[in-house]
Amino acid sequence: MVSFIVRRVLSTLPVMIIVAIVVFAMLRLTPGDPAVVIAGDQATAEQIARIRSNLGLDLPIHVQFVTWIGQLLQGDLGISIFTNMPVSTLIAQRLEPTLMLSLTTICFSVLVAVPLGVWAAWRSGTWTDRVIMVFSVLGFSFPVFVLGYLLIYEFGLTLKWLPTQGYKSPFSDPVGFVRSIIMPTITLSMIYIALVTRITRASVLEVLSEDYIRTARAKGQIERKVLFRHALKNAAVPIATIIGIGIALLIGGAVVTETVFNIPGLGRLVVDAILRRDYPIIQGLILVFSFTYIIINMLIDIAYTFFDPRIRY
Amino acid sequence: MNTAHTPASETILSIRDLSVALPASGDRSYAVQDLTLTIHPGEIVCVVGESGSGKSVTAQAVMGLLPKGQLQPSSGTILLEGEDLLAASPDRLRDLRGSRMAMIFQEPMTALNPVLTVGDQVAEVLHIHTTLDAAACRARVLEMMRAVHLPDPERMIDAYPHQLSGGQRQRIMIAQALILDPALLIADEPTTALDVTTQAQILKLIREMQVRRGTGVLFITHDFGVVADIADRVVVMQHGKLVESGTRDEIILRPQHPYTKMLIASVPSLTPPARAPVTGPVALETTKLSKIYQSGGGWFDKGRIVRAAHEVNLSLRRGETLGVVGESGSGKSTVARCIARLIDPSEGGIWLEGENIATLPQARLRKHRKTVQVIFQDPFRSLNPRRTVGQSIIEGPTNFGLSEQEALERARDLMALVGLSPDALSRYPHQFSGGQRQRISIARALAMQPHILIADEAVSALDVSVQAQVLELLDQIRVKFDLALLFITHDLRVAAQICDRLMVMQKGEVVEEGATVDIFKNPQHPYTKALFDAAPGHDFARSH
Repeated sequence: MVSFIVRRVLSTLPVMIIVAIVVFAMLRLTPGDPAVVIAGDQATAEQIARIRSNLGLDLPIHVQFVTWIGQLLQGDLGISIFTNMPVSTLIAQRLEPTLMLSLTTICFSVLVAVPLGVWAAWRSGTWTDRVIMVFSVLGFSFPVFVLGYLLIYEFGLTLKWLPTQGYKSPFSDPVGFVRSIIMPTITLSMIYIALVTRITRASVLEVLSEDYIRTARAKGQIERKVLFRHALKNAAVPIATIIGIGIALLIGGAVVTETVFNIPGLGRLVVDAILRRDYPIIQGLILVFSFTYIIINMLIDIAYTFFDPRIRY
Repeated sequence: MNTAHTPASETILSIRDLSVALPASGDRSYAVQDLTLTIHPGEIVCVVGESGSGKSVTAQAVMGLLPKGQLQPSSGTILLEGEDLLAASPDRLRDLRGSRMAMIFQEPMTALNPVLTVGDQVAEVLHIHTTLDAAACRARVLEMMRAVHLPDPERMIDAYPHQLSGGQRQRIMIAQALILDPALLIADEPTTALDVTTQAQILKLIREMQVRRGTGVLFITHDFGVVADIADRVVVMQHGKLVESGTRDEIILRPQHPYTKMLIASVPSLTPPARAPVTGPVALETTKLSKIYQSGGGWFDKGRIVRAAHEVNLSLRRGETLGVVGESGSGKSTVARCIARLIDPSEGGIWLEGENIATLPQARLRKHRKTVQVIFQDPFRSLNPRRTVGQSIIEGPTNFGLSEQEALERARDLMALVGLSPDALSRYPHQFSGGQRQRISIARALAMQPHILIADEAVSALDVSVQAQVLELLDQIRVKFDLALLFITHDLRVAAQICDRLMVMQKGEVVEEGATVDIFKNPQHPYTKALFDAAPGHDFARSH
């Protein structure tokens, strides 16, 4: 078990290196001179040359690569062209809101969706099942921003229960954090609840027809434990997979939600950086996102072996 | 602990006039009709019947485990130690299950939860029905694991089901069923999926546990050999009705009802009929065929090399049936799969029509694919459920250049040959019974016009009466198409009936080889002798 985890962690290193090389190459291999693009239409040759030397683009490519990797290892992602601030600082500032929103969304989605899915499977073919499945279709088809604005209108503007905009850190203002995160979490969760409920229902339904479920009942086990102790753990692998994919997709979903609720997170940083063509930030964000995906994938793989003792790599 | 049960009465289980209604769409109105049977303490009552006889439904009705909404007891009573189970509340039934009545199932591979340790699963019964603490539970589980003769319980208690053999898993099931000393044990085909030697051990264990504890056993089986070995009394069921009941000797030696007589007559005899030697040309030869697996390491074997097949030499003539007999892990299926090149052999040669195909690359192997066809064990899983029977049959021939029209023409002829109506081609596999599906599998194999047919446990999953028919069909097509038939089986009775020659395999090696008649008359190798001794009911078989 331990050796598997160590091997799995080590196996992420080559992937990370390849990602780093691709990201490095992207800026260098795109057609045209990035310095010209960055400098804009009215730039003089001098300005372009200065930008080029600032970016280190006048050095031989292998020197650039070694310097870049060296900086990367020290956590240095370069300097933002627009704000002149270190990219690592900018990302660190924006990391917390996104991380918190992702965390609350995943927890909320799983807590709601897994029991709903198990319930639907247990009651499969009945009205309970059908109602849950109809809600799940709605969850898929309802646009995120529409739900967000509806919630803001009802709970923020009409009832005035919750703040409509902004983000508070849980470390400085726990109550404010909870109040400000509720609506964005519900908004962002809807699609994941729909997704995870469906997958949970399907995989639990399959497991419920297995012989060992009959064995558990023959022992006199109560239904709740038959479902959660015997069925759910066997159904866990596809559920964990879809949750993992969900976390990866979350970053994309977060962009819209962060915009609707005016949360200063990574999603907003991405949008701003792209609009301003701030290459170092885009580069840094791609790296951060890719590394997050790689780590989530690794965690999911490790989770498999926890759920199912037959899985060994 | 549940203390509410009534003191030991005369009978443990008394079923009176039980009827279980089938849904309106079924082909008959009752799954079980007017069934009456009783079980006394310390008695083993065998319920015998073929699939669809209602024997498993009876067991589920007693346990209160009938699928809700589909099957419902409609009349009669089931008394467990005097208490009416059909009138009991769901909670009360849950209390009784696992404590006063317990059940073991056919498939030890799937009846245990793969993601929980076997110790936890046995202990679960204690958690449900007693208030013992964790340490006491563990002690009880260990004690019970020793009682069912599991090796090294201290280590095995933390193992997962996939790390145990089939026999060990069935012992775990028995431990789990008997740990609270239930009055009634229901055993639903508990040894059907096991090897003969393991089966003999498990039957002995059930006997031993049951005698020591005075448990009443409702033993469901289709196998008259098992009945002869274990039953005190026998109940024969057909189409949901009891057709005959009596003591073991009454039923086996002096059956009255025609159905019982037919069942007993269908049990293949252990005495092979005389067969003329086959002199056709050699169709298949293997030389020193070996397959080695690198095992990933389980609980009791930490990563080692397994010789699944070791230097197997065989030759098979056109028109001949060669039986490969052995238990699971003997390598008999490995040999079959190597010959069909479904897996790649590690060493040795496979000679087909003068060419060694053991190491041919896939592209050049293609033309030989037609020559060798396989019929697999499980007719329920070897046909694609989403394709019509016709699509499944013509897929092979059309791959080899036949037009769809010609292929369908051939499929229609084959359906008639295997005894099915040609309009079956447009139907789906789930619309057929097991025996019919196996006929379809045979038609599918024949559609390729092979020279060599491999039947890998092709009749093992079938009822005896159906088994006899399919064996007859296989023999007919062997003659008709002058096929070389490689017949893989664990069942000596079946082998006796159909094979010209036999190869006995153990742990990847051929231990004995010769004409079927000679081996049955005078087995040489100790393992062959052990197989004969373990064959269920072999005393009874010799006599009938």
